[in-house]
Amino acid sequence: MPEFVEVSIKCHKLARGFGEGEALVSKDPICFYLVEPKTGIVREKGHQLEGKSIAGKVLVFPTGKASSAVQMDGLVKLLINKNAPRALIVTDVEPVLLGSAVLTKIPLVDKLERNPFEAISSGDFVKVDADKGSIIVTKG
Amino acid sequence: MHLTREDEQIVKGELGAGRQAAMELLVAIGEAFDAPRMIPINRAHAASSGQEGDLYFVEILAKGGASCKVTTTTNPIVDFDYFQQIMNIAEEHDEASVAWKTKNYYKQIGAVMSQSCIPYLAENIPEYGEHVAFSESSATPYVNSVIGGLTNRESIQTALAAGVLGETPEYGMHLKENRKGTVRVKVEANLNDGYSYSLLGQYVGKKIASGIPVFTGILKRPRIDQYINLCAMLNVTGAIPMFHIPSVTVEARTEEEAFAGDIPTESITVTNRELRQTQDELQTATGPVSVVILGCPHYNLDQMAELAGLVRGKKVREGMTFWVNTSATTKLMADRAGHTNTIQESGVHLVVDTCIDMFCWNSLRDKTGMTDSPKCAYYRRFGPVKVGTMEECVAAGME
Repeated sequence: MPEFVEVSIKCHKLARGFGEGEALVSKDPICFYLVEPKTGIVREKGHQLEGKSIAGKVLVFPTGKASSAVQMDGLVKLLINKNAPRALIVTDVEPVLLGSAVLTKIPLVDKLERNPFEAISSGDFVKVDADKGSIIVTKG
Repeated sequence: MHLTREDEQIVKGELGAGRQAAMELLVAIGEAFDAPRMIPINRAHAASSGQEGDLYFVEILAKGGASCKVTTTTNPIVDFDYFQQIMNIAEEHDEASVAWKTKNYYKQIGAVMSQSCIPYLAENIPEYGEHVAFSESSATPYVNSVIGGLTNRESIQTALAAGVLGETPEYGMHLKENRKGTVRVKVEANLNDGYSYSLLGQYVGKKIASGIPVFTGILKRPRIDQYINLCAMLNVTGAIPMFHIPSVTVEARTEEEAFAGDIPTESITVTNRELRQTQDELQTATGPVSVVILGCPHYNLDQMAELAGLVRGKKVREGMTFWVNTSATTKLMADRAGHTNTIQESGVHLVVDTCIDMFCWNSLRDKTGMTDSPKCAYYRRFGPVKVGTMEECVAAGME
């Protein structure tokens, strides 16, 4: 029996690039402006990730949300403070999140061949290769 | 995605690094959403925020020699002239310098310095059936639903790129088949004032997160401020590009037309109970407040008139500061109507060109505030908050 189980999942590139890190799964949509830039900790009240850090993580979440101006600002501030997520996996993309990901050069994918909320759990190690359209999940 | 020869030249950087960056962004968006081509536009609205994310891209455009090809209006940032009279801007050095630089880059690339978050009422009004690129939470659904212009839910950067290039990828809300309702919202609540529409937007945005709601049960045409509040809140708690109100909004003469014949069997129902719950959830403060902020989104002329009526003969309470934000264009009309005088005589600070999410409010960070805007409460730069109607805000702040 192998110690770790690796699962490969096909996906669809939205914003190019490669990123890897520990998975953090949120059933709630994310607004990056409501994340503390200096720590990467989600400060949005009542959010599933409230109090958790997204720094260096591969985030799995349904979609972006909130005012058009702030999503990009949130990501740029996280980038400046080196607390940005490494890659983003969503089920339902919207243009505000996509534009922000393209400009900050954070890989973003959707249309996974398996439901990401079933295939990926927080704590798994995930490699996202947006250009190749593939994700490799190592169960934690 | 099909690109014209000029588009191809831009992608290769032959027409400058600024336009190249703008095109790279729009091509990425177009490809992600399977847009077949770019379509020409005559206007855009960039929801400039004057913060790092905004500066990041407008600086690339300006330094790369780009300028706006079509009318491109801007959002409020901060009225430096006004705030430097009443605060020490240097104390907020980092944020102030980012805002200052951002504003100058927008000027440099030839954007219209409207500095208004309600540009669709005055400075930049799309036509029915016109393809545009409008960012800003209230602007996108207002243009799509109320005016019947066609815009996606843009970010500052995608709208600005579209303004620089004079085109936008053809996908999403630019296509008729994507403009039909996806969920029925039965409104059984009393929507008497502007504030109740904020609560409706807050509740529905949170409940459905995305999609196109069709509001049934709204029999009376909403006032402009009611539309604005609904539009804004749908995009604070959710990502909603458009809604329909059958027999009221332009693309929905009937419920059947709103759903393009595909009428869902289920609905969400909103009663006074849901609005009350939403109202309760917004409150994070009890006890007295020491700051009141109105005008998020910017007050229109009707709201300035209503405020002037409410504050006439009253004074802002001792130890309290009271603010109202509006656009420079609206203020001009308010000046002529006498509203500005009435409002200022009562001790209210009337501010133009400024967003509530700016460093100029940082001195209020420890104070308990009150606002009529759940959006302001969400992005606030002050401490605990109460949210209520304009009338309740005036009662709390004045005697």
